[in-house]
Amino acid sequence: MGGTPAGPVPDASHDFALWEKRVDALMILASARGHFTVDGLRRALEDMGEAAFEEMSYYERWIAAINQNLVEAGVYSLAELGEKMEEVRARAETYGEAAGG
Amino acid sequence: MPHDHPHDHDHDHDGMSPSGHPYRKDQDTGLSYWQCMEIAVRELLIEKGEVSAQEVARQIDVMDSRSPANGAAVVARAWVDPGFKALLLKDAGAACGEMGFDIGPLQLIAVENTAQVHNVIVCTLCSCYPRNLLGLPPDWYKSRAYRARTVREPRAVLAEFGLTLGEDVQVRVHDSTADMRYIVLPARPEGTEGLSEAELAALVGRDSMIGTGVARRP
Repeated sequence: MGGTPAGPVPDASHDFALWEKRVDALMILASARGHFTVDGLRRALEDMGEAAFEEMSYYERWIAAINQNLVEAGVYSLAELGEKMEEVRARAETYGEAAGG
Repeated sequence: MPHDHPHDHDHDHDGMSPSGHPYRKDQDTGLSYWQCMEIAVRELLIEKGEVSAQEVARQIDVMDSRSPANGAAVVARAWVDPGFKALLLKDAGAACGEMGFDIGPLQLIAVENTAQVHNVIVCTLCSCYPRNLLGLPPDWYKSRAYRARTVREPRAVLAEFGLTLGEDVQVRVHDSTADMRYIVLPARPEGTEGLSEAELAALVGRDSMIGTGVARRP
């Protein structure tokens, strides 16, 4: 990444979506609880490989990395996550409705 | 690294937000896999008693309340108070703490722009940024192009921001890490001798503290 050739710096900016701000908040709160450090976040991000940096958005990579660290720390299991995601998906078609606000 | 994917694939080009930014997909579009994961992770953390919904909401409030105005206040103080400036350049965390801006356990380093030296900050690895002083980083700071090129051809990148530096000005690029962040102390513009601290702070924009810009002239 650093030092590799790349195109013009994009000048776009956007307002962060609520779900993105929540991901950011979860990172801070979960690390404050001592479940992982910013190094743990970074390790998970770097393990994703280059494709993840081209295909996923910034906070998509973050929630994936937070989740990986929480599973590794034993806060919940992959089975619990799968079950919960199924439950969430069954609630509604949109983020707002599925999240209940 | 290939750079041929559409950058703005998740932007809605039909409308702009009140702040002049394109809207992002949010509450009213289909639930994505990763949004679903965010809800699931948050609810699991709440169920396990790790965090509360109120804490998440409060954290977002704190995040929203931080803006480049914090950094601008620090810069203006450094411009008018030589003792504060000396402390800022020696121990930026302590100096910011004096002004009520908690930097936490991070090491914060302030680098001073002068007529001879222009500093610019980047995080080539991800997005490390002095967010306690500047709020969340702008999209371009996190972009692959900025991270890749700033360390390779900083003058060309700065020129894209409208900042063309003379060959006699040395450019120093500072690559941030998770626990070591930088903030640029921009040079005080000429013709500002009579201005108050608050008037000076109004001249200090976000980009001048990243180094992709300079402080405005009054």
